[in-house]
Amino acid sequence: MQKFERLEGLVAPLDRANVDTDLIIPKQFLKSIKRTGFGVNLFDDLRYLDEGYPGQDIAGRPLNPDFVLNQPRYQGASVLLARRNFGCGSSREHAPWALEDFGFKVVIAPSFADIFYNNAFKNGILLVTLAEEEIDRLFQEVEPNEGYRLDIDLENQRLITPSGEVLEFDVDAFRKHCLLEGLDDIGLTLKDEGAIRTFEARHRVQRPWLFRETMKVG
Amino acid sequence: MSGQTLYDKLWSQHLVKQRDDGTALIYIDRHLLHEVTSPQAFEGLRLAGRKPWRLDANLATPDHNVPTTIKERAEGNAGIKDATSLIQVQTLDENCLSFGIEEFKINDPRQGIVHVVGPEQGATLPGMTVVCGDSHTATHGAFGALAHGIGTSEVEHVLATQCLLAQKMKNMQVRVEGELGTGVTAKDVVLAIIGKIGTAGGTGYAIEFAGDAIASLSMEGRMTVCNMAIEAGARVGLIAVDDTTIDYLAERPYSPRGEQWTAAVVDWRHLVSDDDAAFDKVVTLKAEDIEPQVSWGTSPEMVTGISGQVPDPAAASDETVQRSHARALEYMGLSANQKITDIKLDKVFIGSCTNSRIEDLREAAKVARGKKVADSIMLAMVVPGSGLVKRQAEAEGLDKIFIEAGFEWREPGCSMCLAMNADKLGAGEHCASTSNRNFESRQGYGGRTHLVSPAMAAAAAIAGHFVDVRGLDSAANDPTLVKEA
Ligand code: SF4
Repeated sequence: MQKFERLEGLVAPLDRANVDTDLIIPKQFLKSIKRTGFGVNLFDDLRYLDEGYPGQDIAGRPLNPDFVLNQPRYQGASVLLARRNFGCGSSREHAPWALEDFGFKVVIAPSFADIFYNNAFKNGILLVTLAEEEIDRLFQEVEPNEGYRLDIDLENQRLITPSGEVLEFDVDAFRKHCLLEGLDDIGLTLKDEGAIRTFEARHRVQRPWLFRETMKVG
Repeated sequence: MSGQTLYDKLWSQHLVKQRDDGTALIYIDRHLLHEVTSPQAFEGLRLAGRKPWRLDANLATPDHNVPTTIKERAEGNAGIKDATSLIQVQTLDENCLSFGIEEFKINDPRQGIVHVVGPEQGATLPGMTVVCGDSHTATHGAFGALAHGIGTSEVEHVLATQCLLAQKMKNMQVRVEGELGTGVTAKDVVLAIIGKIGTAGGTGYAIEFAGDAIASLSMEGRMTVCNMAIEAGARVGLIAVDDTTIDYLAERPYSPRGEQWTAAVVDWRHLVSDDDAAFDKVVTLKAEDIEPQVSWGTSPEMVTGISGQVPDPAAASDETVQRSHARALEYMGLSANQKITDIKLDKVFIGSCTNSRIEDLREAAKVARGKKVADSIMLAMVVPGSGLVKRQAEAEGLDKIFIEAGFEWREPGCSMCLAMNADKLGAGEHCASTSNRNFESRQGYGGRTHLVSPAMAAAAAIAGHFVDVRGLDSAANDPTLVKEA
């Protein structure tokens, strides 16, 4: 996993609540058996005026000029400003893969759906949760200020606006540690292999029916 | 000290290690796999040179991409016309074969939607932790199991370590008190709950569903309720173990036998919240207030009773809600204050992991018996949740009822729930659907989904628009028939 320490990035605003995972990456793109290449289909239904399908050459597709990510001023954005309950819906990890592949490193919103929250951090995307009023203010600031950038400092859990205002945010210690160090979860867990084996042996004695090889079946 | 909730008990029974940073290692008893969210996990395992930790914990079946027409299914994998869908199913077959994981393949009679298959086999048992790379894994909580969806990185993590890194959730109890009216089903209960608490209402919580109305539900009904916990924002939905749970599991292929069964039942009886358990939040609904529900918008919380009407966005309290309601109405092609019964339909879909079990098909068949699908309906389809559900339905003659009424009778799979196979809505088409998500384009690009119960979907197919199933002159309202089937 990529390390994340600090980022100073261009902000794109997506002014819409309950952005679901079908909207982030429509299901026809879940057919890939790879982890990469989803960026061109991020927000596919919003970005293009036609219906997309996997493996298509996107060069000839009609863009929706009204969609925020198609506007010249937001090209190269790495910070997505969003509304409440971002990422609701399915468990598809293709959603953070698409965001990351497109170039987003940070999403800022008043709240996120649980499974999406996990998936994003596991892919090195920092999710910053701020109060609704703070989010409202950021939306108001981005719109009139072309080139609006935010400085996001994970180590100190602060976000600094162009005017120098500092907003603090919470992030749990474990996820922060993993992002800062770029750590692989599985490797970390396997350090506890002994504890897992001990637990498993006891569990098997207490509840043998949970283990097919020790279970008496008919 | 107060007692423990069911969730607290399940959590502590699986806690391998609590870390100082607030995360915990949780042991996973059952891992279900399907073709969409597993390929990258197997690839990751291979790249790192790792092996699955415990093979017998895993069970796989293809469901999302499989065709559901009888002709194509007869050809097995070769019947999957879309090349990318085919690759996904083949990749699952190959991965299961090379790693040694049990798989119910495309034409195995036990194949089906993963959340129908697990419980039906007894592969989901009370007291288990159950995970799957699919958000509707919450379904399995109906058995007093701690079950939730995970992402692909977590699928890989479970395969490699038999554990998940997790943080304990908060406890919420949703009580549905009293008795449900005739024609009001588990689907209506859960839609009413989501309408009340909203799609983010359960975020961060494990929801335990309780109260007389929940206890009176069959296992099929309980699964429908837990299935949609995720639509209320909660990864976990739970229902306490009782006789209904235990009776359902007796003699299932993966259920324990003999003295292990006896010991298991003793253990399972403890899987209830203690009387003095403390919940962080309690929400109560009165069963009598719940009528058959219909969703009108593009989020499951945008739902109302059949006697209701589409809301006027201008009447919403806050601006974000006003805007999202206005956008939903535009997308759905509906107008403010339009009566729900005036919504005309183009297609009807009875199926999905929410409502494709035998009881669901019986309820729909009761309404359809002796009737005809309206001429204005282009397609009405019934897709059983598994090969075994299909077989059972055919043994009861339900397939004939549907076919005679003009429904298509299909092979098991996810089908038009998310339209990853060939079953889709066209742009602008309205569909009465027994699935769980009405997001934009979920059932096909530009398609308009209305979430309803199986009985309501069948009634809508016959009328061509939504109707109150309670007012129908049908077997569904004959109390002597309701229990018998
Ligand atoms: S039936 Fe629908 S919701 Fe259920 S697992 Fe399949 S696609 Fe997902």
